[in-house]
Amino acid sequence: MKYLHLIWAALFRRKARTLLTLVSIIAAFLLFGMLDSVNAAFHAGSQSALGAQRLVTSSRYSIIQPLPLALASRIAAVPGVEKVGHANWFGGYYQEPKNVVFSYAISPEYLDLYPEIRLPAAQRKVFDATQTGAVVGRVLARRYGWKIGDQIPLNSSIFPMKNGSKAWPMDIVGIFDVSKDAANGLDQALFFHWKYFNEANAFGSGSVGWYIEKLANPAQADRVAQRIDALSANSPNETKTQTEQAFQASFVKQIGNIGLIVGAIMGAVFFTLILLTGNTMAQGVRERTSELAVLKTLGFSSRSVLAMVLAESVLLLLIGGLIGLGIAAVLGPAVTRGSGGLVNLPALPPSTWVDGIAVMVVIGVLVGTLPAWRAMRLNIVDALTGR
Amino acid sequence: MNATLSELKPSAAPLIEIRELSKAYVRGKQKVEVLHHIDLDVAEGDFLALMGPSGSGKTTLLNLIGGLDTPSGGSITVGGKRIDRMKAGELARWRAANVGFIFQFYNLMPMLSAQRNVELPLLLTKLSRSERRQRAAIALKLVGLEDRASHKPAELSGGQQQRVAIARAIVSDPALLVCDEPTGDLDRESAEEVLGLLRLLNREHGKTIIMVTHDPKAAEFAHHVLHLDKGTLVEQATA
Repeated sequence: MKYLHLIWAALFRRKARTLLTLVSIIAAFLLFGMLDSVNAAFHAGSQSALGAQRLVTSSRYSIIQPLPLALASRIAAVPGVEKVGHANWFGGYYQEPKNVVFSYAISPEYLDLYPEIRLPAAQRKVFDATQTGAVVGRVLARRYGWKIGDQIPLNSSIFPMKNGSKAWPMDIVGIFDVSKDAANGLDQALFFHWKYFNEANAFGSGSVGWYIEKLANPAQADRVAQRIDALSANSPNETKTQTEQAFQASFVKQIGNIGLIVGAIMGAVFFTLILLTGNTMAQGVRERTSELAVLKTLGFSSRSVLAMVLAESVLLLLIGGLIGLGIAAVLGPAVTRGSGGLVNLPALPPSTWVDGIAVMVVIGVLVGTLPAWRAMRLNIVDALTGR
Repeated sequence: MNATLSELKPSAAPLIEIRELSKAYVRGKQKVEVLHHIDLDVAEGDFLALMGPSGSGKTTLLNLIGGLDTPSGGSITVGGKRIDRMKAGELARWRAANVGFIFQFYNLMPMLSAQRNVELPLLLTKLSRSERRQRAAIALKLVGLEDRASHKPAELSGGQQQRVAIARAIVSDPALLVCDEPTGDLDRESAEEVLGLLRLLNREHGKTIIMVTHDPKAAEFAHHVLHLDKGTLVEQATA
């Protein structure tokens, strides 16, 4: 700490160059923070603790392959299954295709399987009694200004009604909140009755998209899953049952290995950053050769000089990196608010700060090592005479 | 001809004893002999000027006495310690405690204020921040720059910068000051001020001073003048 003013002064000896380098570091860590948020958002569903208590049964071959409704009662009879429900992906949008609505046609039991959905009992009662009723997450309702009692046309990009229209009339009968441990995006979902969906859609075939099972004991998940899959073994409708966490993770993987993509982008960004800050540090130390020689002349040990140059490098990374992550921490929630929740970037988790600071220190040490080593090995007489 | 200055000032104990001192550099494939078997005693409280043509070895001798360089042969004893046998770390600590350096081009840290520049050697001590500030203020007052403490080197004249460098050299109260052309970059008036200051430090504060100079007028401030030529002491004079 005694040398901090010295390190600080050396860092800002060339203000313009240091500021430009800082801008690069800020940009790199802003990107790191934002991408890490995106990564976290994609994986939030698979990290919900409640997801470990539920199984998802879908077609073994593809998630878009429907399953027979008749399987419901057989799954319900499997030991270890406490409750079973089912759902279909509706592919909904409101008014324009760009206004995507995460909409699901669900069985009556479905909402009971998700305690994280907080729907007032009175609204639930109305929902159960209304064929065209729909309940929506509060974020979604706020985005489109929907209120209880509104009738909305919800278009499906997949399923036309029997009359040929793709605009399904729905009555908003409930607005729900979600608990903190809910999967990311649940508060932007719309649920309506599978019965309505099945009876009104032109392809109505009594099939369902996937089943959800609540486990009596989460520790038995593997055994129960095997038993469920055994029900349809060697049939045209073979199933694949997995915990909801694993299901969400595999769903994200279908989009792409987000972690790998984020890692690849950040790898390229940090590599460029290493070259840039390495160059800045090397130039900075080269320009200060005589000053470093004076420090050694005054009695500063070679190790002290090495430590000061390394500290300068780490400090540069920490200043820029923390500013960058700070901006990302503010920007993520701002984007979420600005998009009305459509783009949902969570606040930076503590792990991102920890990882980010670790990366800052590692890059700082990496780019500072060579100049610091040179400064340490500096021959005083040669440096003072400019040799 | 080598010089034994203690003979010139027999009452004072020699602070510096140099025996058979040699220094050679290797430049490319060439070995350059810079100093040849120098013997020299410098009494405590002396003010010695080293003169001689360029390349005669003045600065090399000064660097060796100041512990900035190590000899190829011979010995250097300062204050009873063989500094030629010290390792780099030990030598750095010894410099910090015993030697003040004054350079031709001041060599101040451009981004630090005069006060902070003067405080630099004190960072190596256990003094608190307030004690460091206090001592730096005293040193600046001694060189007449107490009102320039917050100024950066670029905001000071050459003479003022050199006085800051002198304050930095004396702030840790070393017994020995080594000065390499301290007036070489100054006008006559500033040079007189700086030399007067060195004389004051020698007379009033008992500092032993060794000064390399080309300027005969500067050499007049010293008690003794030694001439070096081709790495050998050739002449001595008493100012």
